[in-house]
Amino acid sequence: MAKRIDVSGLNAYYGSFRAVEDISMTVEPRSVTAFIGPSGCGKSTFLRTLNRMHEVVPGARVEGKVMLDNEDLYGNGIDPVAVRRTIGMVFQRPNPFPTMSIKENVAAGLKLNGVRNKKLVDEAVERSLKGANLWNEVKDRLDRPGAGLSGGQQQRLCIARAIAVEPQVLLMDEPCSALDPISTLAIEDLIGELKEQFTIVIVTHNMQQAARVSDRTAFFNLSAVGQPGRLIEIDATEKIFSNPSVQATEDYISGRFG
Amino acid sequence: MDTPDTAPPQDVPTSPDLLADSPDGPRRGSRMSDARPAPGKRQAGKVRIGDRLFAGSSRGSGIVLLVVMAAIAVFLTIRSVNAISHDQGNFLTTFEWNTQEGAPLSFGIAVLAFGTIVSALVAMIIAVPVAIGVALFISHYAPRRMAQALGYVIDLLAAVPSIVYGLWGALFLVPHMLGVNAWLNQYFGWTYLFGQSQPGAQPRSLFSVGVLLAIMILPIITAVSREIFLQVPKMYEEAALALGATRWEVIRTSVLPFARSGIISASMLGLGRALGETMAVATVLSPSLLLSFHITDPGGSTIAQNIATQFGESQGVGRDALIASGLVLFIITLLVNGGARLIIARRKEYSGANA
Amino acid sequence: MSTISTSPRRSPLQGSLKERRLPRWTPVATVAGAVALAVVLGVVFDITSHLQWGLMAAIFFVAGQYLLARQVEGPRQAKNGLVSSLVWVAFLLALLPLFGLLYYTISKGASVINGTFLTHSMNLISPNQVGGGLYHALIATLEQVGIATLVATPLGVLTAVYLVEYGNGGPLAKAVSFFVDVMTGVPSIVAGLFILTFWIVILNQPYTGFAGSLALMILMLPVVVRSTEEMLKLVPNELREASLALGVPKWLTILRVVLPTAIGGITTGVMLAIARIIGETAPILMLVFGTDVINTNPFKDPQSSLPLYVYQQYAAGTDASQARAWGAALVLIALVMLLNLVARGIARWKAPKASR
Repeated sequence: MAKRIDVSGLNAYYGSFRAVEDISMTVEPRSVTAFIGPSGCGKSTFLRTLNRMHEVVPGARVEGKVMLDNEDLYGNGIDPVAVRRTIGMVFQRPNPFPTMSIKENVAAGLKLNGVRNKKLVDEAVERSLKGANLWNEVKDRLDRPGAGLSGGQQQRLCIARAIAVEPQVLLMDEPCSALDPISTLAIEDLIGELKEQFTIVIVTHNMQQAARVSDRTAFFNLSAVGQPGRLIEIDATEKIFSNPSVQATEDYISGRFG
Repeated sequence: MDTPDTAPPQDVPTSPDLLADSPDGPRRGSRMSDARPAPGKRQAGKVRIGDRLFAGSSRGSGIVLLVVMAAIAVFLTIRSVNAISHDQGNFLTTFEWNTQEGAPLSFGIAVLAFGTIVSALVAMIIAVPVAIGVALFISHYAPRRMAQALGYVIDLLAAVPSIVYGLWGALFLVPHMLGVNAWLNQYFGWTYLFGQSQPGAQPRSLFSVGVLLAIMILPIITAVSREIFLQVPKMYEEAALALGATRWEVIRTSVLPFARSGIISASMLGLGRALGETMAVATVLSPSLLLSFHITDPGGSTIAQNIATQFGESQGVGRDALIASGLVLFIITLLVNGGARLIIARRKEYSGANA
Repeated sequence: MSTISTSPRRSPLQGSLKERRLPRWTPVATVAGAVALAVVLGVVFDITSHLQWGLMAAIFFVAGQYLLARQVEGPRQAKNGLVSSLVWVAFLLALLPLFGLLYYTISKGASVINGTFLTHSMNLISPNQVGGGLYHALIATLEQVGIATLVATPLGVLTAVYLVEYGNGGPLAKAVSFFVDVMTGVPSIVAGLFILTFWIVILNQPYTGFAGSLALMILMLPVVVRSTEEMLKLVPNELREASLALGVPKWLTILRVVLPTAIGGITTGVMLAIARIIGETAPILMLVFGTDVINTNPFKDPQSSLPLYVYQQYAAGTDASQARAWGAALVLIALVMLLNLVARGIARWKAPKASR
């Protein structure tokens, strides 16, 4: 269910602007990897290259290799649609489909993939909502619009929608930045449970959050505005936060810049 | 728009004081001598007058507009009632339009309303799917440069005056419709609709009008739909993409549901234009007061075109009869707009606005 | 959580990341095949119209592409491809007549337009005579549209200010808003009819350019109100609050903060409304009457107007007059295009720098 990601020599561009330069790293399966770093350092861009969402932006392109176990996501004959089905994503702002009910939202990915059997869909909806710790709150109003939920509930609905298609990897792009502390706590607890099943990569601005939820932490930085972002180091979270090997990481974590 | 409520109360306490002030000579004098409080009070006075003037003139404008509109409605109704009371035939079912002085007045709206609705329907059936396709092409399929250029051309075409469409329709489209009509007659004559009673007749028919109207409203519907497709928040499209949706599935799950009410209002805008169009119809159609479902036969009439061709020869009650027909056109347009608004309101719960 | 791992794996969600793809040259091959098939059928069944050959080829292409994709790539990809084909077809279908119209007008009109055409009237020129011009119509159009704009713009903008800033959803605001909607639906011929009966028949006024302006005002007002209203609503409330919090009175806040912020959009809306009414023919036909001589006074005696000129020259039916109709149509399009460009320029110039 969970796969390893190996990135080597990856560059990401917006038109002629290079946003991310020469990144190589390994994301371990069944663990949480956090990306931290100052704004504009390319961590979200890099995250989006991991399921080929980067190229959705007009003019954007990627060079390099992203291996999911033994398959290069950017190799010949690879279908980006299949990649995105295998590597799910949760976005910064909760984005349940506004025209769909809670149930339809969770089932959206299944329906797209041709699962029509009502019983299977209902089972998957319940399983995913339970997996996202949302079932008890919404089980009596599955047919209400998803947009009627609170922000935190919406974000958990989006997580349920993402895990309903049983992806190998779950990418989270600052999933808590639009939420209040209590909802954030609920999502963080959920991430701790989800890592039993999925490989999770999370981008966060909040260093305490990275320290709380992740097993490994990657620190990104950019030398100046307008310069591409680079990976400074990646290591076990404890080591990054107690004894990083690079001075810039320590400066950032201790709040001396960024 | 809630904030304005908080502003006036601040002024209220100062205002009666000020009104009492102004006729009061000595106090005004003392205020002049006393420099410090004066600016504040003077300003407060200006505020009040300025606010009153501005609020008054803007409210006045609203009222003027209301009065003009009410005048049109009342006026058209009175005139129409007058005309219909003189009508020897039945206004709803008579297939004639005899409004010459001297002869008995006998006129009915049936043929005109039929022609108006049929030509507009033909236009909608052709234009709406194509317009949605073109709008999708511009917003989601075309390369970016091309999309921008196309967007501009479509906006421009939406602004081309209808008389130009009429000119082109009469001098270019009508001759070219001859072959199309023959073909439709040959293969689809069995539908009755496309059967021709005199094959080879000049295609100055309701169908040709419909085609021309379709071409005319296509840019309008496209321009509005494109705007709406572009307004769909990126995050919904990304949500679908991240679930592994193909381009069409992204459009179906996040773009079309979000844009549905917008597409409906765009179509209604186009329908309104098609219903009220005068010149493009007047140049293409060879009018007759025949009600025929052979829509490729020459003949037929629309309300707007009938007004344009008849008003010069009509006097008195004859003109009122035209006004009555104009009122019917007005009501049809109102119903169309109202219907669209109902559809949009019913879907509001699911619209993106409250997401 | 354990429930997820025990769930049976279903085939649609699995499978390799590599999807079976049609080779890149397939569309070209399908086009060739479709055209060939259409030609063969056309020859065999003796179909003369080449339009039909094209239609058949298009249908064969779409169908063939769909069936092939369905075999090789699966139904989802096939449907995706089918919609792409249909969107392209819609685009080409729309392109033909619309560009045909532009091309036809430009090619026919350009040969007529010259210095004389732009600076002379039709005075003493009979329909089948070459020569003459549209100067009288151009002047009259500018005057009529100018008067309508001068009246409708302040009235419309102020009404929109009332609706957005003062109305607070009260009964008067609701009534005004409703009637603006109703007015939007008034067909131009009905507006013309109203002015004709009210102004010319009942008040016994003569046919003048001003009568036409009155009808144009009725048509322009709702457009200005609506577009201004939209623009004012786009001004963030924080701006108003910030200004009010500085102790600026409300009317000054509107005048100095709200309106300047929205001025780009408002001007664009007005320009587009002008572009809309400048081509109105029906009410002009009824109210301005038309003339062949230059009349620069919109308040006395009949005038002409560009769209009316197009119509009259078309209706005259001779080669020379129809050529003049194309020339005038081209001038009209150019005028509308100019207004559009100016509107766009203003919108871009006044737009807040960050947006779009």
